[in-house]
Amino acid sequence: MKRQIPLTIIFILGLFMVFQYFVPHETSEFLYEFIALDWPPIIGVFALALGIISLVRVSIKRVRTRDENWQYALVTLIGLAAMLTAGLPWFGGQTSPVVQWQFDFIMRPITATMFSLLAFFIASAAYRAFRARSVLATLLLLSAVIVMIRFFPMGPFTEPAAATADWVLNYPNLAAKRAILIGVGLGIVSTALKIILGVERSYMGRD
Amino acid sequence: MNFFEKMFAIDRRWVYLALGLAILISLLIPFSIPIPISEEAQNIYDYVDQLEPGQAIHLALDYDPSTLAELHPMTLAILKQCFANDVDVVITALHQFGPGMAAAAIDTAVARHDELTGEQMESGEDYVFLGYKPYPALIILGMGQNYRIPFPADYYGVMLDSLPMMQDIQNYDDVEAIINVSGTSATDWWIAYGQGRYNVPLAIGVTGVMATDYYPYLQTGQIFGILGGLKGAAEYETLVGTPGKAVDGMKVQIVAHLIIILFIVIGNIGYFSTRKRRGGAV
Repeated sequence: MKRQIPLTIIFILGLFMVFQYFVPHETSEFLYEFIALDWPPIIGVFALALGIISLVRVSIKRVRTRDENWQYALVTLIGLAAMLTAGLPWFGGQTSPVVQWQFDFIMRPITATMFSLLAFFIASAAYRAFRARSVLATLLLLSAVIVMIRFFPMGPFTEPAAATADWVLNYPNLAAKRAILIGVGLGIVSTALKIILGVERSYMGRD
Repeated sequence: MNFFEKMFAIDRRWVYLALGLAILISLLIPFSIPIPISEEAQNIYDYVDQLEPGQAIHLALDYDPSTLAELHPMTLAILKQCFANDVDVVITALHQFGPGMAAAAIDTAVARHDELTGEQMESGEDYVFLGYKPYPALIILGMGQNYRIPFPADYYGVMLDSLPMMQDIQNYDDVEAIINVSGTSATDWWIAYGQGRYNVPLAIGVTGVMATDYYPYLQTGQIFGILGGLKGAAEYETLVGTPGKAVDGMKVQIVAHLIIILFIVIGNIGYFSTRKRRGGAV
């Protein structure tokens, strides 16, 4: 029973999701709304609560025991409390100016800065990685340079450079991407079928 | 260590410094570069431009501040075009940081339109911002049935049925196209569940690194246009006639690319000049 009930639920719901995707009848739309749209957020809310409780417990423990870098745990707790409090309905909910302020002046600069740093790492990585060590490495190097120079204003060479870059993007790149996409698509279908038919059971754990 | 060996093994801090200086200098020195318009950007512009006043598009903004430099200018340019042409806009943000980005973009676009034309765009009449809901794939499918299923009220808590703009908009059948501006895998869901399931015309604006992933969909006609990275944003800014941060950013990007190519060349000269001494080792 411990195995058969989850397998049956997965089988029925898996088939239902396939069915409702291809049959846009009122009944399937109603069931979709009821099963797929209402349930996951409810389950998600409980998972979120579990995550927050776990994060708070771990962070409090690290602060209490003065673990290595315990200050970061303290910052986590303060940040969590500040964001959570500002978003409460009594303070205006998700549209409150305090939430927007925290987003605009804390979240936005931090996230944008972290991502901007990538430019420096990419430059350093390009210097080290793009070396003509073999035929394939040379092709990679040439492709990278061709695609990078496609925006350069180079007088009479601008158009041929852009055309060459477009060719690299539209033919070799497209062929490789399409092969990967089709492979991934087939992989997803086969994995989904294995789960629906009960062949793949690792999601249930070992018991 | 001789000159070529130094070229082979430049300390990464010099690379960082050179790139940092190049970015700073290119920001300070005013110069202009041509922005050639690609067919895939022109397609999006033309599609929106031929819409009649009162027709609607759905602008799905699924990005966070990390991709702000590339994607925010796209959003502003698209909103500018829609507001100028009196095209209604349904806006969603299916990334958890999306609402903040979308709210900021709407405020900026409304203020700019007001400044340019003296006309105040109103929430509920000219645009509707639905906000965020988790589980994007499910929400995209749900909106295909009816926007009111996942979003009974808009971001500001006003019921959709009470908004004048939403009176004639039930689902994707009532919008002329979806334009997804995204720095996440939400684009895959829009292609599979929005375009694939409901056959709604779809265009995308994505980051530079993501753009190449979506060219196969352009070739198959599943999407009718792509704005790729800062270049795509600069193209759209040029098309709507207000060169802004993306066009400025393109100058910086070109100089940064030049520096990277310079280091690649230096690295290869150093590599080939010292290969014998290193016994052919890589």
